[in-house]
Amino acid sequence: MSNQYVNEPMLDLFIFESMQLIEQMELLIIANEKSSSYASEAINEIFRIMHTIKGSSAMMLFNTISTLAHSMEDLFFVLREDKPQNVDYSELSDLVLEGLDFIKLEIAKIRNGDEADGDASELIKSLRVFHATIKGQKSSAHDQNLSDGTDSSESCPPEKQQYYISKVRRTEITSLRNTFQATLRFDQDCGMENLRAFGVVNDLGDLAEEYYHIPEDLDHEDSVRVISEQGFTLFLKTDRSLEEIHRVLIQTFSLKDLQLIQVENSDLFNDLHKERIISLEDSAVKIPTPSGREQVANEQQEKEIQSSATQQSIISVSVAKLDQLMDLVGEMVIAEAMVTQNPDLKGLELNNFQKAARQLRKITSELQDTVMSVRMVPLAGTFQKMNRTLRDMCKKLNKEVQLQLIGQETEVDKNIIEHISDPLMHLIRNSIDHGIEMPSERETKGKPRLGTITLEAKNAGGDVLIIIRDDGEGFNKDRILAKAREKGLIQVPENGITDKEIYNLVLLPGFSTNENVTEFSGRGVGMDVVVKNIEAVGGVITADSVPGKGTTITLKIPLTLAIIDGMNIKVGDSRYTIPTTAIKESFRPKIADVIVDPDNNEMMMVRGQCFSILRLHDIYHVKTDVTEFTDGIIIMVEQDDKTLCIFADELIGQQQVVVKALPTYIRNTKKVRGLAGCTLLGDGSISLILDIAGLIGFRQSA
Amino acid sequence: MADIVEQESLDESEDTQKGKFLTFCIGTEYYGIEIKYVTEIIGLQPITEIPEMPIYIKGIINLRGKIIPVMDVRLRFRKPSREYNDRTCIVVIEIREVSIGLIVDTVSEVIAIPDEEIVVPPSVTKEGNRYIKGIGKVGTDVKLLLDSDKLLNETEVESLGNL
Repeated sequence: MSNQYVNEPMLDLFIFESMQLIEQMELLIIANEKSSSYASEAINEIFRIMHTIKGSSAMMLFNTISTLAHSMEDLFFVLREDKPQNVDYSELSDLVLEGLDFIKLEIAKIRNGDEADGDASELIKSLRVFHATIKGQKSSAHDQNLSDGTDSSESCPPEKQQYYISKVRRTEITSLRNTFQATLRFDQDCGMENLRAFGVVNDLGDLAEEYYHIPEDLDHEDSVRVISEQGFTLFLKTDRSLEEIHRVLIQTFSLKDLQLIQVENSDLFNDLHKERIISLEDSAVKIPTPSGREQVANEQQEKEIQSSATQQSIISVSVAKLDQLMDLVGEMVIAEAMVTQNPDLKGLELNNFQKAARQLRKITSELQDTVMSVRMVPLAGTFQKMNRTLRDMCKKLNKEVQLQLIGQETEVDKNIIEHISDPLMHLIRNSIDHGIEMPSERETKGKPRLGTITLEAKNAGGDVLIIIRDDGEGFNKDRILAKAREKGLIQVPENGITDKEIYNLVLLPGFSTNENVTEFSGRGVGMDVVVKNIEAVGGVITADSVPGKGTTITLKIPLTLAIIDGMNIKVGDSRYTIPTTAIKESFRPKIADVIVDPDNNEMMMVRGQCFSILRLHDIYHVKTDVTEFTDGIIIMVEQDDKTLCIFADELIGQQQVVVKALPTYIRNTKKVRGLAGCTLLGDGSISLILDIAGLIGFRQSA
Repeated sequence: MADIVEQESLDESEDTQKGKFLTFCIGTEYYGIEIKYVTEIIGLQPITEIPEMPIYIKGIINLRGKIIPVMDVRLRFRKPSREYNDRTCIVVIEIREVSIGLIVDTVSEVIAIPDEEIVVPPSVTKEGNRYIKGIGKVGTDVKLLLDSDKLLNETEVESLGNL
């Protein structure tokens, strides 16, 4: 299995398409499993998907995937054609999902540039066994027809197998005028003879009405040998002329020799034809159209035509390109500001310029919004994936849980989606594993047998809230507390800590790395990984629980990382940007409100409440003339229910800023506390974006 | 096939750049840096300070929308700092996709120093020539050839404490 001939874009496309199809199929299977019978559309759809995967993987020479897909396809062929009764759908789903997992694994290997070397023979064997069981339930009259579609390595004689690609219309067979016999020989050592032959057949697809070829099964390993030794022989019926066919065939790549002759019903053709008629009549017993396989092909085409007509046309674009576009638009927003706010224009009366500038500003901001919206993806895909996790977990643990999805249409930046998929899966797993009780236990507690996990997403200002709620047993407060004490995570006396704070202890790193946690607190393996992932995208995670009633985990995630609404402030010569969402208010302080404690910590009294003050010029060692509170301004910020007063020289103004990371070199040198990144201001100067959570930490540890 | 051609052209451009150094001046010494690392030379720009950085990292600049850090080579070599003037330049170098600007007193010229004219620095001094990987002889002059990799990647822990 060499893929050195395969070019990268094709491989990429194969990976992308197959993954999409597999995901789609998973959803279908899970949706149908619940109703314990497969809807006929679903079966058709799955059949189509497997057929596509089989075809494309065979094209790319991933034979293992192809044969596995083939076996699955056969299975659904039986389901579709014979509608057997008493099928164990649960077992079927298990088998098929297992198969899909295998394909996914192989594709992952391919993506990483490894050899797809997995062995699917066991899987194929169990698929065959299942196939035989359901097949055994229907009359033997259909066997002949079935063996047409089954795997090439099955025991029936190979010459009985037919490999049709043609779109036969029975009525037309007699009206076709010309019959040709073509023999193609390929260059020695050109490799992949069967694939080349397949290509020839494909090329002819539109010209010939009907064709047969020797060897018949191009998938079969032997076909390579046969073609290289005896050439590839093709019989075709068409109403095109000899020249037209010749012109097409002669273009074949690596072609050494081509013989094309017009034949009058050669014996060979008739033989093949007869066989063909038999199988046609056979299948005609059940369905009016010539053969199941072709019907599928036709249906598929029709469907595609239909869907392409009704669906919005969609193209897939790489995220890297979108990022680039985003960056460029960001640059443009800044460049626009540089032009329209150019200091050279100061004091000039430029009516027409102002008009044009306004127009430009409008367009750039619209452009920015559009680019942002392009990157937004609904959470539905990520949420749907959880169905699979749920199903597998429930089977393994013998629990009964249903997943309720709310607000799937909520949109989030593509980058963020990638970061939250794993944490979500982890949280769901935790909920099933530790939260939801066994069905019997639930009944004795007076809860419904069926546990419920609700996954809800909603917009809240510039953030998206994702809430994972289960109706399980909830956290055990005392155990968490004991564990935290043991680990030295809390020092305060028991009554000085609220329930909510206790529950949030499980999110602390170090708390969950302990193996005992699972049996101990009931929650938490890998919880700090979840926290880390969420924090990586600037999100916040909180936990709450009602003992015996269930647990709620809330993820607060910013809509996007790329652009924030910021308030620019000035300290000395430096500029800083504070995310507007964090700002509660800003005011000029009265000296009487400032309190200084013996450790020289400054605090401020605002409406009866006391907040600590952070002098930006102090912590960042910025030279400024404004050191008196009465000269500067206080900006009150809040994050995670903690409030802080930041002292700066003055406010510059509010602006949408494009967040840029600090240069790698700086980040490698030192992680500066309280800095989230930087941004370019309208005049081309750089402003540092403050990380409020970091600043609050500053004050607490200082 | 295309790869081979690309490789060849890459080799070629590497060949033309090989043995060439951009020389610049700090105080009385001349330093050289391999030309293949140099992206561009720009005049002094407004620098945004970053708090809590070692003293030789002056901050970040906006280079046509790209934000890059700048390092004062003078301070990096523990020489007394000097007022920047109109001859002060920022040499932007890129090593393994990390861009950084080096503030130097003046930029001199690009010269070719053949391998045989480069000698290994004496290893007697303990700290001083950590960033020098060779000494190039050009006529009667001597140029100190910088090891850009070390310049970027060896952080001086002690200078962090000075803050």
